[in-house]
Amino acid sequence: MNKSPAPSQFYEKRRAVFPKAIDGRFRRLKWAIMAATLAVYYITPWLRWHRGPYSPDQAVLIDLAHRRFYMFGIEIWPHEFYFVAGLLIMAGIGLFLVTSAIGRAWCGYTCPQTVWTDLFQHVDRLIDGDRNAQLRLQGAPWGPAKILRRTFKWSIYLAISFGTGGAWILYFADAPTLLRDFFALRAPSVAYATVGVLTFVTFWFGGFMREQVCIYMCPWPRIQTAMLDEKSLIVTYKDWRGEPRGSVKKAEKEPEKFGDCVDCNQCVAVCPTGIDIREGPQIGCITCALCIDACDKVMAQVGRTRGLIDYATLEDSAREEAGAKPLPHYKLIWHPRTLVYLGAWSAIGFALLFALGTRTHIDLSVAKDRNPSFMLLSDGTVRNAYTLKLRNMEARPREMEISLHDLPGGVMWTDDMPRSAATARITRKVDADQILPLRVFVTAPTGDDTETDFAFELRAMDKEGGGDTAKTRFDGPEENEHD
Amino acid sequence: MANKHIDDATGVETVGHEWDGIEELNNPLPRWWLLTFYACILFSLGYVVVYPAIPMLSKGTEGLWGWTSRGQFAGELKDETDRRAPLMAALAATPIETLPGNPQLMEQAVAGGRAAFRVNCVQCHGASAQGTSSYPNLADDDWLWGGNLQEIEQTITHGIRQPGDDATRISLMPNFGKDGILTPAQVTQVASYVRTLSGTEQPSSAATAGQPLFATNCAVCHGPDGKGLRQFGAPNLTDKIWLYGGSAQAVAGSVSTAHAGVMPAWNTKLEAATIRMLAAYVHSLGGGEDFAPAPAAPATAAPAR
Repeated sequence: MNKSPAPSQFYEKRRAVFPKAIDGRFRRLKWAIMAATLAVYYITPWLRWHRGPYSPDQAVLIDLAHRRFYMFGIEIWPHEFYFVAGLLIMAGIGLFLVTSAIGRAWCGYTCPQTVWTDLFQHVDRLIDGDRNAQLRLQGAPWGPAKILRRTFKWSIYLAISFGTGGAWILYFADAPTLLRDFFALRAPSVAYATVGVLTFVTFWFGGFMREQVCIYMCPWPRIQTAMLDEKSLIVTYKDWRGEPRGSVKKAEKEPEKFGDCVDCNQCVAVCPTGIDIREGPQIGCITCALCIDACDKVMAQVGRTRGLIDYATLEDSAREEAGAKPLPHYKLIWHPRTLVYLGAWSAIGFALLFALGTRTHIDLSVAKDRNPSFMLLSDGTVRNAYTLKLRNMEARPREMEISLHDLPGGVMWTDDMPRSAATARITRKVDADQILPLRVFVTAPTGDDTETDFAFELRAMDKEGGGDTAKTRFDGPEENEHD
Repeated sequence: MANKHIDDATGVETVGHEWDGIEELNNPLPRWWLLTFYACILFSLGYVVVYPAIPMLSKGTEGLWGWTSRGQFAGELKDETDRRAPLMAALAATPIETLPGNPQLMEQAVAGGRAAFRVNCVQCHGASAQGTSSYPNLADDDWLWGGNLQEIEQTITHGIRQPGDDATRISLMPNFGKDGILTPAQVTQVASYVRTLSGTEQPSSAATAGQPLFATNCAVCHGPDGKGLRQFGAPNLTDKIWLYGGSAQAVAGSVSTAHAGVMPAWNTKLEAATIRMLAAYVHSLGGGEDFAPAPAAPATAAPAR
């Protein structure tokens, strides 16, 4: 990474990275997290959740056509979008929290770019062999064998990419139906377009761009640069212990002249972004910790203590150098910044949970006509018009009653009944999981007031009950305006 | 600007600029980035050739594909017209008096009428059909020429006082004061009497004097009780709605110099189906009247939509 390019160089070729296979505790953790994240991604749309006859039975469903977001027992309506906004804010602060507490763990383990790059690199090893074989093949001239091998590998890339893009759309419609329709060429064109775009992006980003996405495209590493400090957990090469580097043979001759690093370059060979961690913290390091596994293995072979490269804060590394014991990792959480993030994150979480627990499943909203704000009828009475929306968020039809509150002498009728049938209460059946829009005309004696505050009251007529109130205004003319 | 040097920390040459000690490294671009940039340039060259792009003296280049935004709009308009064709055909085939029997078609007609109203009617009748002085409010319950679906459709189709249309709504109130039929004092008396009919003015001697004048001159069109006659578009004088103002001065002015409002005959501009939609929309605004033999049962017992 530190080789300075010739100053006249106009562009820089991508240095292809062929990471070597490695086994170790962090590699195994990475396997487990890859399995878990891919499983969540592919299985979630197939989970079912019974919601009764009026709602879909897919556990997680973003139903854009009907403007509903289902997540297990929770159903979010468009007017409750603040739940989704809250979750997104939590995700953002969560990223800060994780970074502050355990460094770039998101980048190293769970970021889709990391997971899919890792997957594609395993495909490379499966088809082409490990690092050295891949390097040889890369250098070999193009011939039938290489073309065949490349075509075969890229077909597998494409199959994985298609699976990735294909699974995405299942979150937006009933998965079994959509899958059948998709292969029967009956699905909406937007489904094919989405799968096409996502397949291409996965193929290109996972198969070819890889670490370039992290280093050049993603804003997150740049943001992290500002967020990491000497108290952040990062993958650290303990240079005070490793330097100066020297082979085992040299070190045997003059032990006092050499550090623990045997300069075997294994940490560079296994790195999925192709960096040398011994140059210190850098933007290309996604802290996947595979170099820790590689170094530990070598240290075990040459009989030295593990942890020449290890998860450590710069502060701890310095403490260790001075001969003191490093702080245990759990103490990192007592970092004020981490606690602030944790506080904000949990506060939003609890607020959302509270809102979720106390939300009602019946709702009334009212929009008053303002142009004109009132209308004089031929008999001299004043009429105001309102558009009411009765929301029934239960999965069953409900009988609901609307009445006028605090409007003495007021009566109302709707646009589907004559004025002669005007009444103080109107009942309507609202279908399951639906909004009933209702155009309501109200007349009331105005007296001397040009405006009267009142409210519409909505009440469910079944035994579960519940209701809502919506405040609005009744306008009348200025005195003598029409004389 | 000649301060290019190799940066110690990175071993990369700087571009030679310096701002308050901050320098910029001259790192080479990644090759894929550069290739993407060239690809964009190639794309733009192709774009310039096939799409309208370069402004010339009188008009721009047209592009090989012949695309225009107007052409695209015309295509979209045609698609929309085709999409609505079945609805328009169904409306054209449905006499307006049977429209309430088909709630779904009625709903579509009202929605279509709302759109057509915004284009053709709001200029005079206002965005909410609330009217203004001299232009009637279509959302209240007062109608000059009748407020059921058929009458509204007739009014829109043939207009009001449109020469050349045999079926247009027509009537002419004399200029009682201006043409000397009544003396100025008599005009004031009639106006006073008319205002007492709706309780706008307290009875007075002038009003009493106006009563016989009203019976002789006005009752033939406005009716002996002043309730108006829709056949002639003669307004009901006993209600609280005054199209040309209800003040003593305004009423006297109307008696002296009669108003004769006009409306275009829309059958010269709009299809019959569009007029039907407009009639349905105007009828739905809150003042629509039922047909004389009132189909009272379905209207009052109307269930939730």
